[in-house]
Amino acid sequence: MDWTTILITTVKASIGLETVVYALAAIGINIQFGYAGLLNFGQAAFLGVAAYGMAVTVATFHLPFWLGIVIGLAATVVLAFLLGIPTLRLRADYLAIVTIAAAEIVRLVFRSVKFSSVFGGSDGRQNFSGDFFAMNPYSPGTYGIGPISFNERVTWVLTVGWVLIAIACGLVYLLMKSPWGRVLKAIREDEDAVRSLGKNVFSYKMQALVLGGVVGCLGGFLFALGQASVQPDLFSTEFTFYAYTIVILGGAARVFSPVVGAAIFWVLLVFVGNTLSEAVSAGLLPSLFTVNNIGAVRFMLVGLGLMLLLIFRPQGIFGDKREIALDAR
Amino acid sequence: MRRAVIAFTAFLGGLVFLLSSPAWADGEALKGTLQNQGQPVNGVKISVAGEDGKPVGDATTGADGKWEMPVPKAGTYKVTLDQSTLPPGVALKFKDRATLNVQVYDGSERNVLFALAPAGQQDGAAAASSDSSSFWDRVAQLTFEGFNLGLIIALAAMGLSLVFGTTGLTNFAHGELLTFGAMCAYFFNVVVGLPLIWAAVISVAIGGVFGYGQDRFFWGRLRKRGSSLVAMMIISIGLALFLRYVFLFFFGGEGAPYAEYNAQPGIQVGPISAAPKNFIAMGIELAVLVVVGVALLKTRVGKAARAVADNPALAASSGINVDGVIRIIWTVGGAVAALAGVMLGLAQNVSYQMGFQVLLLVFAGVTLGGLGTAFGALVGSIVVGLFIQLSTVVVPTELKTVGALLVLILVMLFRPQGILGRRERIG
Repeated sequence: MDWTTILITTVKASIGLETVVYALAAIGINIQFGYAGLLNFGQAAFLGVAAYGMAVTVATFHLPFWLGIVIGLAATVVLAFLLGIPTLRLRADYLAIVTIAAAEIVRLVFRSVKFSSVFGGSDGRQNFSGDFFAMNPYSPGTYGIGPISFNERVTWVLTVGWVLIAIACGLVYLLMKSPWGRVLKAIREDEDAVRSLGKNVFSYKMQALVLGGVVGCLGGFLFALGQASVQPDLFSTEFTFYAYTIVILGGAARVFSPVVGAAIFWVLLVFVGNTLSEAVSAGLLPSLFTVNNIGAVRFMLVGLGLMLLLIFRPQGIFGDKREIALDAR
Repeated sequence: MRRAVIAFTAFLGGLVFLLSSPAWADGEALKGTLQNQGQPVNGVKISVAGEDGKPVGDATTGADGKWEMPVPKAGTYKVTLDQSTLPPGVALKFKDRATLNVQVYDGSERNVLFALAPAGQQDGAAAASSDSSSFWDRVAQLTFEGFNLGLIIALAAMGLSLVFGTTGLTNFAHGELLTFGAMCAYFFNVVVGLPLIWAAVISVAIGGVFGYGQDRFFWGRLRKRGSSLVAMMIISIGLALFLRYVFLFFFGGEGAPYAEYNAQPGIQVGPISAAPKNFIAMGIELAVLVVVGVALLKTRVGKAARAVADNPALAASSGINVDGVIRIIWTVGGAVAALAGVMLGLAQNVSYQMGFQVLLLVFAGVTLGGLGTAFGALVGSIVVGLFIQLSTVVVPTELKTVGALLVLILVMLFRPQGILGRRERIG
């Protein structure tokens, strides 16, 4: 058992790319689910259209990087409207089913052979991150403390990512203190009461859906840039489920809880995964566990963890039980 | 970092990566396994050329269907399957995909997939000739296949819809009930060695017990604790994830067929050609649906179930044992879902994701018919099945599911209560 490697990778995971991407996706979900009570199960699609919007603009059509970002953002907003208009007037579970269906549509179109000249099929797109890394202020080398260090490319991606997280958290904090945020929370608590006060509930819900999608799509950009490639299967429905696990783990309707939740989720996932695979190769586990199936165990634990959290502690680590939007409307 | 990268790709690239991940060997290579209906295909020549057309070398598949071709450096390669070396009766599933351009990355082996199918069954075979009689033949064939798929969806949808109607639970773990049934049948058929029919009977019984147990020890308890519906919906997602990875753990990531009825020669009935197993499967599905439907209409329990679905509080106050009815619905729903899983495993391969893949179609069928109505689910599912298969006349086969899911969204827009639903349910 190589405990040093396990510990180093675990500590790195707490601030690594996955944590950043999932934190941004989870902040978006927190706006939609935590504050507004909307069950968007298609967050992966929001990240997907943003990442693909940028990647396709740059790699397929050879247009400038910043135009790619603009197109990615525009695609996210359009997707939010497409999903929101039919469903936001209906009950919560309808939005859930439609968004999850939309996420599958988006993924299937991205990976189809038919459109592979645009989206690149199941291989996705590469060669679009040149302009982003050309802006890198870090000179080549490694940055960090001792063994916990990253090369200049990863450092640049992480710097941008954590700055975006800070901005997103600040935005959520200010918005939720504002009258707009109070209306949003009121809608979560009692939609009819808000409507009787003369507020346009549909419009507020739509704004929350768009805002959550846009914050999440920043994670999509970083995901694509950090790996210098996009693949359709990165944006599967399980991505969304993990992001929900993160929000519930941290505690819904709290500003920092998605960030803390993401860090804890990835620390646990990487730690358990590495420990199990080290234990398998060291022969410490029964022969039922092999190198091939050990990866499944930690995702079983994710599912189990999600169930147990909701049964025994739906408010997560930091949440307030009275503020959890778990009543169906 | 490398370890973290490996861990991360394994997760992200999903299960394909997860299961083929020990391939971090030195040196770039192309490799693959040729299979036709789960059987390896050997002696097929595959040639590899560079991007500029310069040949790199040829490989021939071995007895296990595997081939491998080392390449000099990372880059894009043209991989061509020599169709004249395919054994008789086997053809490429997509005729225009004999040559693939694939990218090989630094230091990694790249899997190349050629989809094979029995000759005559490949996609686009019928579309090749375009005179009008063969067009209508194709429509008839697709209608038949649509009913085939629609009946499987309907079996699954009935349980889902009744559970929703009686408890309000949108159960994302319903697909795993199908996978559970298929896996049980696989276990008794392939591992134990029973005939598939007995294996199916046993797995339907176990599926019923599984459904009963889920309600008795899990969902029923949660209802008593007063867990809210949204919480239970997310719990069902957790349960679905958990079960799916349990299946992956024990079954592995590759799909596998049952031991019997694999490559049945097709028979021709009018314009429709299909394996006999399809006709028998459809007959069984139809019979089960009719029996369940009649039971809902005529028996005391069935009437009670519809009453509970309509209004649980009123049903309870008129002396119906609501919890008992819900438990019966879970038992029947679990058994019928297990049957749907067995049938789905017969129509395609048994894999750990099969239930989840069909779940969205089940949702589409249920919402199309009207959430919470038993017969609406039946109608909606058959419409979805027909729509999926018939849409391949105009859209590529790989995108047929997209059409069905788009219809789901359009239904939400124009008739959210579904075909047979009533306005008040959607509020």
